[in-house]
Amino acid sequence: MEKSDYLEMYYQMVLIRRLEERAAELYQQGKIGGFLHLYIGQEAVSTGLISARKPQDRLITAYRDHGVALNAGIPARAVMAELLGKATGTSKGKGGSMHMADVEKNYWGGHAVVGAHLPIATGLALGDQYQGKDGVTICMFGDGATNIGFFHEALNLSKVWNLPILWVCENNQYGMGTSVDRASAVIEIRQKAQGYDIPNERVNGMDVIEVRMAAEKHLEYVRSGNGPFFLEAVTYRYRGHSMGDPERYRQKDEVEKWQEEDPISIYRRYLLKDKIVRATQLDDLEMKVEAEVQNAVEFAESSPEPAAEELFTNIYAD
Amino acid sequence: MPKITMREAISQALWEEMERDERVFILGEEVGVWGGTYAVTKGFYDHFGEKRVRDTPIAEAVIVGAAIGAALTGLRPVAELMTINFAFAAMDHIVNEAAKLRYMFGGQFTIPLVLRAPGGGGRQLGATHSQTPDVIFAHFPGLKVVAPGTPEDAKGMLKSAIRSDDPVLFIEHATLYQVRGEVPDGEYTTALDQARVQRPGRDVTIVTYSKMLEISLKAADQLEKDGIQAEIVDLRCLRPLDMEPVLASFKKTNRAVIVEEGWQSFGIGAEVSARIYEQAFDYVDAPIRRVAQKEVPLPYNRTLEQMALPQVEDVIQAVKEVL
Repeated sequence: MEKSDYLEMYYQMVLIRRLEERAAELYQQGKIGGFLHLYIGQEAVSTGLISARKPQDRLITAYRDHGVALNAGIPARAVMAELLGKATGTSKGKGGSMHMADVEKNYWGGHAVVGAHLPIATGLALGDQYQGKDGVTICMFGDGATNIGFFHEALNLSKVWNLPILWVCENNQYGMGTSVDRASAVIEIRQKAQGYDIPNERVNGMDVIEVRMAAEKHLEYVRSGNGPFFLEAVTYRYRGHSMGDPERYRQKDEVEKWQEEDPISIYRRYLLKDKIVRATQLDDLEMKVEAEVQNAVEFAESSPEPAAEELFTNIYAD
Repeated sequence: MPKITMREAISQALWEEMERDERVFILGEEVGVWGGTYAVTKGFYDHFGEKRVRDTPIAEAVIVGAAIGAALTGLRPVAELMTINFAFAAMDHIVNEAAKLRYMFGGQFTIPLVLRAPGGGGRQLGATHSQTPDVIFAHFPGLKVVAPGTPEDAKGMLKSAIRSDDPVLFIEHATLYQVRGEVPDGEYTTALDQARVQRPGRDVTIVTYSKMLEISLKAADQLEKDGIQAEIVDLRCLRPLDMEPVLASFKKTNRAVIVEEGWQSFGIGAEVSARIYEQAFDYVDAPIRRVAQKEVPLPYNRTLEQMALPQVEDVIQAVKEVL
């Protein structure tokens, strides 16, 4: 890894954190509607994972998708504009928080129905396999998605057809307010992959370097024609499931315990301890993030609403 | 013009499109080695190979989901659902994904997908395997829903569906596969947004589609013996619904009967009659009548099943009531 790679990952993690903090404020002010599922606490997973992908690798995730969108290379201003429902948003204001995508960046969304994008991911991978391309489809989902039938149909088919998919379960310990041990027959989600004879690994999702190393290794395994691989990243969501979550299902000290394992702090300590970068470089990046977030908010707020005729566009292609 | 069965028409359309375009492939339960549970894809596996004729597990959500994903990558999948009754197991992918992804992502996604699904009653398959739930799917903007009633239309419309850049639900009727009809020689396609007058007449308009076209044509033959000329408009497409030929016919006859195989409540008849009342109220000479399935789950017993399904006599009686 180059020094610039380390810095870029730090920048992206801080960008996700700060942008979402601002999004929460804008939500409280009534400027963002609908649901807002914050990724705060889980930044190391998508940052580490996506830093290892190649341009031909397709990316698809669930509804907690702002971080993934930023990691995929969508500008912060387009993410923020989508949150505000503006014409300049990633989906022209028609998708909102849960439906961000950019086909040019090989990022296929942002899907709001739990588990429903896993079967779609098998098709993305089939498309590459069919056309003889060497892309890997990276499909991210939460622990909650592993209890629905879609997950099992998709994992089974991926193995039967030897599809180039890296399944990535972000085990953040809760499906909405129901903890893994109350909803899943197995607590280590990777055991479910075992049932489909899919090789698997469980990593610390709070450690961006660990996630990146695992992703690099397993992407190459899948790319080499070995079929799917299943990666479970153990992580934690600091905020509620969505805004307005009373969080009766967990104690404050549990959240605080995980905040001591904060992925950004861990990474910062690692970078400084091993003298990979200087503290001032990281401080500079944080300043840069502040400016970018401020710029994104100003861009989004000053962007136009979608035109009325947009209501009836994009329903059909023909 | 050659006379072929509906099965042959559908099979020819698939074969020709697969020969024409490498991106077209078939996936579904028993489409390959078995040759299709209704034998539509017989011989395909040997000719096109397992890459393009793909047997799947019995898992409808991932059949449709995988087809959507493959379509997003630029392929043109034709997914076969063994029956439309099993579409319910893939409902989320049909109505929440296929129908909405393009819109939700601001037009970035294109989904050139065909879902073939045979349905309909009359084969003593019991309540879960005999339904005609076409209207449910036609409810959702973003899908195209077509249900041809003749071999000519089936072939031309399936070819158009495969070439369409939108998701198309192509509904077949399992009791029509053996029906013969003339198809044009050579290459042709048929629009996915046009109703068609299948029989001209001046006294009454019968609006119908799919299997009920056959029933309505038989009724019209008998009515003719009584000197009644029924004009039959075949909708062919449920979404988009082409009302022009319906309204043109109605403005001539001023009387209409709508014949559908599914249940009457919230059905095609309700939609079409409402649109006639809205758009041609001044031409109404008699209350519009609907002929549809009795509001029961279809029973296994042959006599009971036929009692529940619309019959030729029901159409004749409804026509006589509006005259």
